[in-house]
Amino acid sequence: MTKKLRVKTGKAIDETYRISFKFNGKTYYGFKGDTLSSALLANDVHLVGRSFKYHRPRGIMTAGSEEPNAIVQLHDNSSRSEPNVRATEVEIYEGLDASSQNCWPSVKFDVGGINNFLSPLLPAGFYYKTFMWPASFWEKYEYFIRKSAGLGKSPTEPDPDVYEHKYIHCDVLVIGSGISGIMAAKTAAKNEFKTLLVDEKPNLGGSTIYQNSDYFKINNQNSNSWLEKEINEIKKLKNLEIKTRTSVAAYHGYNFLLARENLTDHLPVEQRKDKTRHKLLKIRAKKVITATGSIERPMVFDNNDRPGILLSSAIKRYADFFGVACGEKNVLFTNNDSAYETAISLIQKGINIEAIIDNREEVDSKLVYEVEKNNIKIFKGYTVTDTFGYKRINRISIKQLSKDGQKVVGPRINLSCDCLGVSGGWTPAVHLFTQSGGKLKFKDEDQVFIPNTYPSDQLSIGSCNGDFTLDEILKNTPKSLKEFLDIKNTEYESLEIISSTNKSKRNIWLLPSDKVIGKTKSFVDYQNDATAKDIKLALREGFRSIEHVKRYTTTGMGTDQGKLGNMHALGIISETAGVKMGELGTTTFRPPYTPLTFGTIVGRNVGEYFDIFRKTPIHSWHEVNKAEFENVGQWKRAWYYPKENENMHQAVQRESKAARESAGILDASTLGKIDIQGTDASEFLNRVYTNAWSKLAIGKCRYGLMLNEDGMVYDDGVTTRLDENHYIMTTTTGGAANVMSKLEDYLQTEWPELDVYLTSVTDHFATVSVCGPNSKKIVSEVIPDLDFSDESFPHMSFKNAKIGKINCRVMRISFTGEHSYEINIQANYGKSVWEKCMDAGKDYNITPYGTETMHLLRAEKGFIIVGQDTDATMTPIDLQMDWIVSKKKYDFIGKRSLYRSDTIREDRKQLVGLLTDDPNEILEEGAQIVADVNKSPIEMLGHITSSYYSPNLKKSIALGVVKGGKNMMGQKLIIPMEKKNINVTVADPVFLDKENKRLNA
Amino acid sequence: MFIITCPFCGEREQSEFKAGGEAHIVRPKQPTELSDDEWAEYLFMRKNIKGIQFERWNHTHGCRKWFNMVRDTSNDEIKAIYKMGEKPPIE
Amino acid sequence: MKNKYSIFSLIKNAFSYHENWEKAWKDPEPKKEYDAIIIGGGGHGLATAYYLAKKHNMKNIAVVEKGWIGGGNTGRNTTIIRSNYLWDASAGLYDHALKIWEGLSQELNYNVMFSQRGVMNLAHNLQDVRDLKRRTHANRLNGIDAVYLNTEEVKKFCPIINTSPDIRYPVLGGTLQKRAGTARHDAVAWGYARGADEMGVDIIQNCEVKGIKRNGDSVDGIETTKGFIKTSKIGVVAAGHSSVIANMAGLKLPLESKPLQALVSEPVKPIIDTVVMSNAVHAYVSQSDKGELVIGAGTDDYVSYSQKGSHDIVEGTLNAILELYPIFSRMRMLRQWGGIVDICPDASPIISKTSIKGLYFNCGWGTGGFKATPGSGDLFAHTIANDEPHKLNAAFNINRFVSGDLVDEHGAAAVAH
Repeated sequence: MTKKLRVKTGKAIDETYRISFKFNGKTYYGFKGDTLSSALLANDVHLVGRSFKYHRPRGIMTAGSEEPNAIVQLHDNSSRSEPNVRATEVEIYEGLDASSQNCWPSVKFDVGGINNFLSPLLPAGFYYKTFMWPASFWEKYEYFIRKSAGLGKSPTEPDPDVYEHKYIHCDVLVIGSGISGIMAAKTAAKNEFKTLLVDEKPNLGGSTIYQNSDYFKINNQNSNSWLEKEINEIKKLKNLEIKTRTSVAAYHGYNFLLARENLTDHLPVEQRKDKTRHKLLKIRAKKVITATGSIERPMVFDNNDRPGILLSSAIKRYADFFGVACGEKNVLFTNNDSAYETAISLIQKGINIEAIIDNREEVDSKLVYEVEKNNIKIFKGYTVTDTFGYKRINRISIKQLSKDGQKVVGPRINLSCDCLGVSGGWTPAVHLFTQSGGKLKFKDEDQVFIPNTYPSDQLSIGSCNGDFTLDEILKNTPKSLKEFLDIKNTEYESLEIISSTNKSKRNIWLLPSDKVIGKTKSFVDYQNDATAKDIKLALREGFRSIEHVKRYTTTGMGTDQGKLGNMHALGIISETAGVKMGELGTTTFRPPYTPLTFGTIVGRNVGEYFDIFRKTPIHSWHEVNKAEFENVGQWKRAWYYPKENENMHQAVQRESKAARESAGILDASTLGKIDIQGTDASEFLNRVYTNAWSKLAIGKCRYGLMLNEDGMVYDDGVTTRLDENHYIMTTTTGGAANVMSKLEDYLQTEWPELDVYLTSVTDHFATVSVCGPNSKKIVSEVIPDLDFSDESFPHMSFKNAKIGKINCRVMRISFTGEHSYEINIQANYGKSVWEKCMDAGKDYNITPYGTETMHLLRAEKGFIIVGQDTDATMTPIDLQMDWIVSKKKYDFIGKRSLYRSDTIREDRKQLVGLLTDDPNEILEEGAQIVADVNKSPIEMLGHITSSYYSPNLKKSIALGVVKGGKNMMGQKLIIPMEKKNINVTVADPVFLDKENKRLNA
Repeated sequence: MFIITCPFCGEREQSEFKAGGEAHIVRPKQPTELSDDEWAEYLFMRKNIKGIQFERWNHTHGCRKWFNMVRDTSNDEIKAIYKMGEKPPIE
Repeated sequence: MKNKYSIFSLIKNAFSYHENWEKAWKDPEPKKEYDAIIIGGGGHGLATAYYLAKKHNMKNIAVVEKGWIGGGNTGRNTTIIRSNYLWDASAGLYDHALKIWEGLSQELNYNVMFSQRGVMNLAHNLQDVRDLKRRTHANRLNGIDAVYLNTEEVKKFCPIINTSPDIRYPVLGGTLQKRAGTARHDAVAWGYARGADEMGVDIIQNCEVKGIKRNGDSVDGIETTKGFIKTSKIGVVAAGHSSVIANMAGLKLPLESKPLQALVSEPVKPIIDTVVMSNAVHAYVSQSDKGELVIGAGTDDYVSYSQKGSHDIVEGTLNAILELYPIFSRMRMLRQWGGIVDICPDASPIISKTSIKGLYFNCGWGTGGFKATPGSGDLFAHTIANDEPHKLNAAFNINRFVSGDLVDEHGAAAVAH
């Protein structure tokens, strides 16, 4: 038995191009241009999914992005698997594979359907009232709740597709290409505004493009023909860019909008390779015209959710666009004229209409008369009271409405049908307007919320602004455009219009039934199974605000975000609580308008582009020489250089010994470098560092410590006086950008009187650091012309030099405690200098070492690492670095904070050395330090900040912070680990060469 | 996402800027002479106004200049922008 | 005594089509005078009122709320509950809260769906590893159930995390607190409201505070949109609006109110059964009982009360999510929103008396206040009733910003060389 559900139609589908696709494993055929929903309907498939809570069978309800029910999984079990896709938005392609969700074992027989019978026990918010006994069982209950919740399935493989971002700046953005949007785009573009027109559908024209009847005419042409000509004209305008399949997701402040341009979802999978799937358009528009139209409302009556119940406008759209009859025995149910537009369209196409049920008793409308002429039975003043048929509607009951519309009266009439179209009037799509911060007002005669005050330079036109009839749109749109664009005239000043819609409407938010409400299931939110009685229950329990009701009943929280049901929820609250709609307010419409793929939002910021690595000029050498790398800030730094089968420990022990015994070489290019010039440079340094700088001689280097204004150590590094008014400051690798910002901040805002100029030169120089007893020999060979004698070039001094013809700066400074030189050279020569040093050092076993060895070597000397040995709670006094805090200076950043009642306490945590009783025991960095493990609660005195096995001292060494540690020298403390306690002794943090002899060795 | 008119570069995206908190909190000239309370007032206490707020911004990914902004923090509307050291154009 | 909620009461009420349930809370007009008034009807404020009535026998009290209860940050957060904090003071505070959470549904006879599915914090660089180990050791000694996990153990506990060593910020390890988890945020506000209402607390909605009336150095009452209400004790729990109320009383607080955003995906079948947080790349994610991925984004850097943040923040968060969970690329963002968080310089809260007698503040929770709701309410009630802090909130006084004795939770992680 094959039904004939295809009728001759217009241009949306190409009947010569047949496409096969799969739904729930079965192969079906459709035509190019079909959506998944139109193709399924053409194959007489209405049952598509199951609802969230009661697992009720659900079908296709709409023909657009407002669809709550027909949501499917695409390409399950593949890398392009995608949950919760609206069948109404999928354009079919060869190989499309869709399946029903939230049902087991199948959509036709779903075990979860038992919830429908348990529904008396599952009113709104039931879960707040139960599952509390026994207390420990919640997680067991929850396991089953979680399993039955959710809709589709998350993908489980990485996404093969690519996404991009694009910035667009335009004078005028027009959202929506219905008749008003087309008029706006044309007017704007013709008046020299750079204009962008976007529409979520694959084609332009909105609903008017198929409004082909004698009842809607413009300048003596049917409205669709008139609009088609307009569309053909705008396609030629040079000022206008048009993007279809482009849905505006978010409208933020300052006319910043996000739109998703869909580029490949309609293509067969094999054609998508190497193409961008979606573009996220980041649009800045000087002016925004919203012409997003309106969404037809369903009606709220008992069992209003069965497969085969659709919006009346969707039935029209399926017939007009796709040539699909949604049923053979169609009944329409309405409270306004628009169902008659559907009826006329169906009649034209020879699709059978059994009857029309109209809430209105009297109506003087040309459309109604036309339908009556065709001998279609119209039940005026009636309502549907119930529907029947489990997996597809097969019958409805209707009754007459009482005068006040609050009750049903008279006998019940049963009508058989296989499709019911409902039309409860229209809701303006004000979502984007309210997202932008716009405030709404309630228009009583149409029972709708429409834009009231605009928060930015924008305009709403057409039915999203409450103009529902063709003549209202054609009259009001030109008027609004003239004012908004500040132009004298439009092309639409004297149109001849025939518009036959009668605006009368009988709006009843919750239609009466012959049953008590407790026995009905009148759905308000289809996807989440929130019913009218749920809303009434919420009100009864004291949830008065719309936001409370929404959250308690989950109305409007589904993937359709309440596009169909929110108005009914408000209406029912208003009627039940006796509050006027306008005073009730609406819920907040939150972005995005339709769900937006994460990949689209992320664009190309994935994988290696997630956050760009910074690499030193010597990086490739480290790679070739098999370095392991460590992430430090944004940098990749060589961590250690394992040889053959060495593990990290072995490599670091070898590197450390080599550096102390002969020569080591470190890539220090990542350290921040700030060039400081100006006549007040010395004074500036005096203010930002804790120590004094005025007396530093030209050519000398000095270590400096920088605090936050709250007195806590912020950064450190060596600064060199290159000339009278010229310094070069080094900072930590991770802190470089922040230090630069902080210095600029003080300079520009607190001390603008200082003559100082700052330039970040981190990237300009490569820094090669050579240390060890043989370092002098090596650098002398690399820079033969320079006098490296200790007299001429002592520790903490600097010289300009040349390597070949290239200028470089050589500093004799040391972070290892060894005799040591740093060569700073223009970055692109960095690798060459490194290699020269390696060559020159060959005879001295010069050994490249990474950050781990650097950390070990400096720990032997008790040098701190800011960020490792300090957190934001350590003052220089706590670090036992009182020597660096000038007593003479009147002020420096953070000075005042060092004298607060807490910062002067003697028993603050202080940096000390720690030695394990067992010299081979290496402490865990981060381990806590206590004095007494038997005390309860145990008192933690501090923690281990740095810990290593020192090959040079042949024992384990550690730095840590300990409460009152300064005065605990030699005292025994305990490191309590999970399985054992480790005994340690507080020691001097300088473990090696306290006299600094090695610096000149 | 605001559009901010940098007084040196002109209209730019918010992404180019960083906010720097309440404006016109002058660093005390003689911090050592302040009480702990007075110093804490400078260091931590903020008006945190709902409504018209005077605040500092920096054109981080641009000219790196600091400037002042008057902004309604209740709806993020920028009322005025002026250079460091200038008098606020509105009260 | 109210109807007790249980499966039996549900069955009983099913026979009368659920038409006999009574109001969860009344909606009274304010009296002329109360013994204490709580400003702010979020979770913390309602919990404060509940414990004032229950533990301190203060029944003539009111909660005044500008909008509707639970409509601020209580209803906007990502509901993460944990107590694995570094410093003793924080650990004490948050674990006190966690212990109350463990019996809260039964105590309130309202299922707040506290679900101990564990919270995992990831380490992405060597300093993260040190910091997380430090915290884990401190937690263990403070009796808090945190363990350190290596990369394999992280993967085992949450298999969908990308633990490849080749990603930009590889997962080097993590910590896990198994007692931690999530709860149903609205239920917390509603459950406390119902409980407080039952003990006689007036919950007054749509009542905006316009002024604090002082009598010399003491408070005398509040001016509201529903008129003047006299009282000698005012507890302010106004979150993002704390400074607004403080300014009415002539006080300045060390707070900045900033936008914080969050988002959810469309609901899917269970895919992630725990809460995973990563500070370094700023991504945290869990899955609600409804099936939505709940994702917390970061704060913007400017003060705003607009409940909107910038798109860059959302984009940055999702960048990080896809770095760690590439399988989520085709998931879709269903809803995004913003709240206003009041942030202290040390990222720790204030639960404190003030220089004005009878005026108390509970604020500064920043991005992490939800987890503390029951503990915060309990300790704030103690502070108000006794005019003295409880030992667990003594460290969270306002004076710490003068003395320098901060409880610096976020500063405890810094960037190394």
